[in-house]
Amino acid sequence: MMILILSLIGVGVLLSVIRLIKGPSVMDRIISVDTINMMIVGLIAVLAALLKNSLYLDIAIVYGILAFLETIVLAKYMEGKS
Amino acid sequence: MINEIIGIIFMVIGSLFYILAGLGLLRMPDSFNRIQAGTKATTLGAFSILLGVGIYDFSNMIKCLIIIVLIALTNPIGSSVLARTAYKNGERGVAK
Repeated sequence: MMILILSLIGVGVLLSVIRLIKGPSVMDRIISVDTINMMIVGLIAVLAALLKNSLYLDIAIVYGILAFLETIVLAKYMEGKS
Repeated sequence: MINEIIGIIFMVIGSLFYILAGLGLLRMPDSFNRIQAGTKATTLGAFSILLGVGIYDFSNMIKCLIIIVLIALTNPIGSSVLARTAYKNGERGVAK
């Protein structure tokens, strides 16, 4: 049953990767990277339930903080460059 | 046994929301619409998946609630900053 959940998350990541490859502008690619980061936080949490190891949730916390920082830094870097 | 079934149902609902986020990101015509589809559906999907993981094993509930609060604080800020940057770079959308 967990394999079904991981496969559904994988389909979502695949649809976002298609937009990451063919996005017309740079902002579309940054939006796609932000979406993929939030999906990977959920995937690490499912991995913690699958492997019955509570340490993966700590990895998910750190990954969420770093994903937020990455979004803010990329958006502020792209400001003014069209 | 009953909490594992309820947790798996929550996780399936969350992953369906992830698929909806990817589909909206692929099909929307505009950068602002893509921000809407990619951020809102992903926020609800992450809430549902983390709640499902917390119900599946009750010893993980505290950390899952911490991650839910973190995502609820940071994800709208990221979406707002992305929309501000897209607007300042001259993106105006398809609707006149």
